[in-house]
Amino acid sequence: MNWDIKDIKDWDWRKHPRGGLIRDAGNAKKFKTGGWRSARPLWDEEKCVQCLICHIFCPDCSIKTKDEKMTGIDYDFCKGCGICAYECPHDAITMIDEAEARKKEEAEEGRA
Amino acid sequence: MAVNFKDINKTVALVGTDAVAEAMRQIDPDVVAAYPITPQTAIVETFAQMVADGKVNTNYVPVESEHSAMSAAIGASSAGARVMTATASQGLALMWELLYIASGLRLPIVMPNVNRALSAPINIHCDHGDSMGARDTGWIQLFSENAQEAYDNTLQAMRIAEHKDILLPVMVLLDGFIISHAIDRLDLVDDDVAKKFVGQYKPEDYMLNASQPLCVGAFDGLYGYFFEFKRQQEEAMRNSVKVIQDVGKEYGAVSGRPYDLFESVGLEDAEYVLIALGSAAGTVRSEVECLREQGLPIGMIKLRVFRPFPAKELAAALAGKKAVAVMDRSDTFAGGMGGPVFIELRSALYEEEKRPLLVNYVYGLGGRDLPVQLVNQAATELGEIAKSGQVKQMVNYLGLKE
Repeated sequence: MNWDIKDIKDWDWRKHPRGGLIRDAGNAKKFKTGGWRSARPLWDEEKCVQCLICHIFCPDCSIKTKDEKMTGIDYDFCKGCGICAYECPHDAITMIDEAEARKKEEAEEGRA
Repeated sequence: MAVNFKDINKTVALVGTDAVAEAMRQIDPDVVAAYPITPQTAIVETFAQMVADGKVNTNYVPVESEHSAMSAAIGASSAGARVMTATASQGLALMWELLYIASGLRLPIVMPNVNRALSAPINIHCDHGDSMGARDTGWIQLFSENAQEAYDNTLQAMRIAEHKDILLPVMVLLDGFIISHAIDRLDLVDDDVAKKFVGQYKPEDYMLNASQPLCVGAFDGLYGYFFEFKRQQEEAMRNSVKVIQDVGKEYGAVSGRPYDLFESVGLEDAEYVLIALGSAAGTVRSEVECLREQGLPIGMIKLRVFRPFPAKELAAALAGKKAVAVMDRSDTFAGGMGGPVFIELRSALYEEEKRPLLVNYVYGLGGRDLPVQLVNQAATELGEIAKSGQVKQMVNYLGLKE
């Protein structure tokens, strides 16, 4: 089933499936939760040895991989818990302040 | 072809709890999860025996508390099973948070609740304080006057709960000890008739449906649609009025005992009316009929359905009456507003141009007896109110030592 919820914010109360049932299960990826984050993990690809310990420990499946190699961090869902940085045996992940990082990004966007 | 109901019904003598267990046997639910509590114990004890004897196919889950009983019922119902449980008083109180989850998830669970007072002081006898406290939990509530009605209501409850426009849990209420533990004469419909009436449960959405994965109970916060789901629940409750009436008629057609939202005596010519629910209705009816024989313009309404509250129907039935007395077997402790039935009826009549005078009698708390003398006292006072046009005391405690 393909559950089209593009305009769900405007739905009349009658349109919602009864009792909050979600008939298109597994759609959590449509609901981005990275906005909760107050600390951001930064990945240093140079230092990374591809042991994937971060991937095993990440409670939110936010370590992106391709062909058994880490390719980055999924900021749409990473909540900034810092487990990856704590577990990384090569200090390839460091935590930075999310608000400051965003401010910097916005300033850069403004310049561009 | 006329149905001979004598062939369909078998007359038996049963205590109320066994009458309910018989209905459960005929329903043969997929899952029953229950914990014993006086005076409900005999229901689940008898039913557990039926399970042990192989009379039903039910998976019986003996849990460690009522909180677990309702939790297991919710899980099983979400999975797609037809589910029942039963409780009373403190057990219902322990289920509290799950009552809202059962109705919020729109699970058609049926639960007989044997009305018993809530502690403290600890008391095992009848009043309606337990289920009245649960009146805003989103459950349909059907009251029974005797073992016959407890049995009939249980069979109908399953149909009402599982109706596609409703899908709400239903509580069947029977007075503790007065109904639950007194042997009563009643008619049971044939197993085949009962099974055909209740039918097979075919859930539209259920978690064990491998071809349609389903998520039940997802978080629905500040930017979600909680408000919309609550409005849907209210809509289902509104829709249930007609369904309860239809199921009541249909049950009448197969059993010879039709049911409605409430029943009445002498409303056509009564000037004043007593309203009661539960086992007290029998005592009230007896006294009202006696007074009518003496020529008094009195009538009565026995309220069967408390949730949904049949406001429009009651207002129509009471139109033009001079005075109405509401008998409440529980109090709201609202500081002088009266019992729950009184408060709701008073609200229901507000829009009426010619409102009858209203008086409330709170009675029978903790099982305090309601003899006909007390009903006579209320009826006499009500007659005086109708005559004088004045209510001296709006909320009265009938049978209180004072």
